[in-house]
Amino acid sequence: MLQIIFDSLSLGSLYALGALGIALIFGVMRLVNFAHGDVIAFCIFALLWPSTDAMAIVFAGQLPWYLLVPLVLIVGAGLSVLCEITVFRHFRRANPATMMIASFALGFVIRYFLLMLFTSRPKSISLLPMLSQPVEIFGARLPLLQLITIVATVFILIGLSLFLRRTRFGLEMRAAAENFSMARMLGVRANRVIMGAFALSGALAGAIALIFGSQTGTADIQMGASIMLMAFIATVIGGLGSLAGAVLAGFLLGAASVVMQVMLPVDARPFRDAFVYGAVILVLLLRPQGLIAARGTKERV
Amino acid sequence: MGQLSAENISVAFAGLKALSSVSLDIRPGQISGLIGPNGAGKTTLVNVLTGFQAPTEGSVTLDGASLGRLKPHQLRRRGIARTFQGGRLFRDLPVIDNLEVTGVGLGMSRRAAVAEAEGMLDWMGIAPLAERLAGTLPYTDERRVAIGRALMGRPAYILLDEPAAGMSAPEAADLSALVHRIAKTLGTGVLIIEHNVGLVLGLCDHIVVLDSGAVIEEGAPAAIRQSEKVRHAYMGTAADMAPTGGEVRA
Repeated sequence: MLQIIFDSLSLGSLYALGALGIALIFGVMRLVNFAHGDVIAFCIFALLWPSTDAMAIVFAGQLPWYLLVPLVLIVGAGLSVLCEITVFRHFRRANPATMMIASFALGFVIRYFLLMLFTSRPKSISLLPMLSQPVEIFGARLPLLQLITIVATVFILIGLSLFLRRTRFGLEMRAAAENFSMARMLGVRANRVIMGAFALSGALAGAIALIFGSQTGTADIQMGASIMLMAFIATVIGGLGSLAGAVLAGFLLGAASVVMQVMLPVDARPFRDAFVYGAVILVLLLRPQGLIAARGTKERV
Repeated sequence: MGQLSAENISVAFAGLKALSSVSLDIRPGQISGLIGPNGAGKTTLVNVLTGFQAPTEGSVTLDGASLGRLKPHQLRRRGIARTFQGGRLFRDLPVIDNLEVTGVGLGMSRRAAVAEAEGMLDWMGIAPLAERLAGTLPYTDERRVAIGRALMGRPAYILLDEPAAGMSAPEAADLSALVHRIAKTLGTGVLIIEHNVGLVLGLCDHIVVLDSGAVIEEGAPAAIRQSEKVRHAYMGTAADMAPTGGEVRA
């Protein structure tokens, strides 16, 4: 039982962090950023020497964790901001569908760039190997990593919410996320807010990369896509643009996946995802606006 | 003495004249009223004065100097603030944050913005609402907060777009008292668009009447009350002319 709860929380953490990264950007510019998953993949590969070997040489992985973690977060934030400057900035006035297509294209550019350097073969990496030791809590044996994932996510969520509440930048971001044009009229610095959203979102991608990379022990250029899909679904269920909703839905999806894995009859288990997506459809039928509807006002003056 | 002026403003939307050669002055400490039937061009004029709409012809001047094509937030920094129909607050943000973000947008530090926001809510007598989410406020409080937001940074001019719409007579009277206080205590120049003509007649120092995009009458409330042309424009809605809750109680 405890095992199920921890599994749910740690999987949910991944989805929640991913959903948050998408919701942050959607909030300020109505962009569903499908390149987010590839930013996640990039963060892991940034730690590897380009090679075609199956065993990757982790050049930065030998760094102590207190250097490795900030490095990956910075790589994520940097790439994300670069995407904003080179691509999305030019689509500011485009409609959301156009921006979404642009994000797909950008995602492919990043993915094929990685493919070129590393080939499509998944590589086994050992990232922060000390985290795979088990620890015993309340009689349940858990990988230390799982515990750290949950704790780190909680810290990230608390930190982000403090940042959004207490800082001037956070205030501007919350206002911009709700009604960008009104915020702009009131003198909120639009470019800085958007860049900030991309940087935060990219750093979250870095955090996911670290967690996922150390969990699976592999680096795969497809790895971002699977998380991205679930994270995107979480943002939709949460009410596109609602940060609290994205986090909540991320954890719910994580729990749903884990619970179904355990509860479904053995024969049905391979179809777990179908059941999860079925539940998603149900939720959206009942609450098309999402669990926590964001007040994305489309009014114009 | 300074003033904010619309000078011979014309606006055409796809060939349709929304405003033709309209002039209007707003002076510090004075309350000007802008009335007229629906579609007369009242909001369009406010949009021009606040940079939301570029005029086809004419110009907006502040203390005699043309404001050119400044953007809304640039005009806001020059001391020209406005409210919108229906309030348009950030509904997911607490009241205090709605005011703070305006202060921050004006270039204040967060600390200064907090102090000013608290002072403003206090001055308006709505300090207890500070932590409420703006989206949960009753209608009249929402309007008050919108006015408080517009007053952040103590603008020299404030343009109120239908602040009393949907209010009951006592609520409209409270609003009147507040607007009166803004002009006479803070020395702000006020322009008020209102459908409640009684309120405008009771509150304003000077009134401009628009119909079909042109000024058909202007003057002191007494003169407007007597005007045949105004009666004609409002034909069939003569009841609007009765002073309902328009008397200033302050």
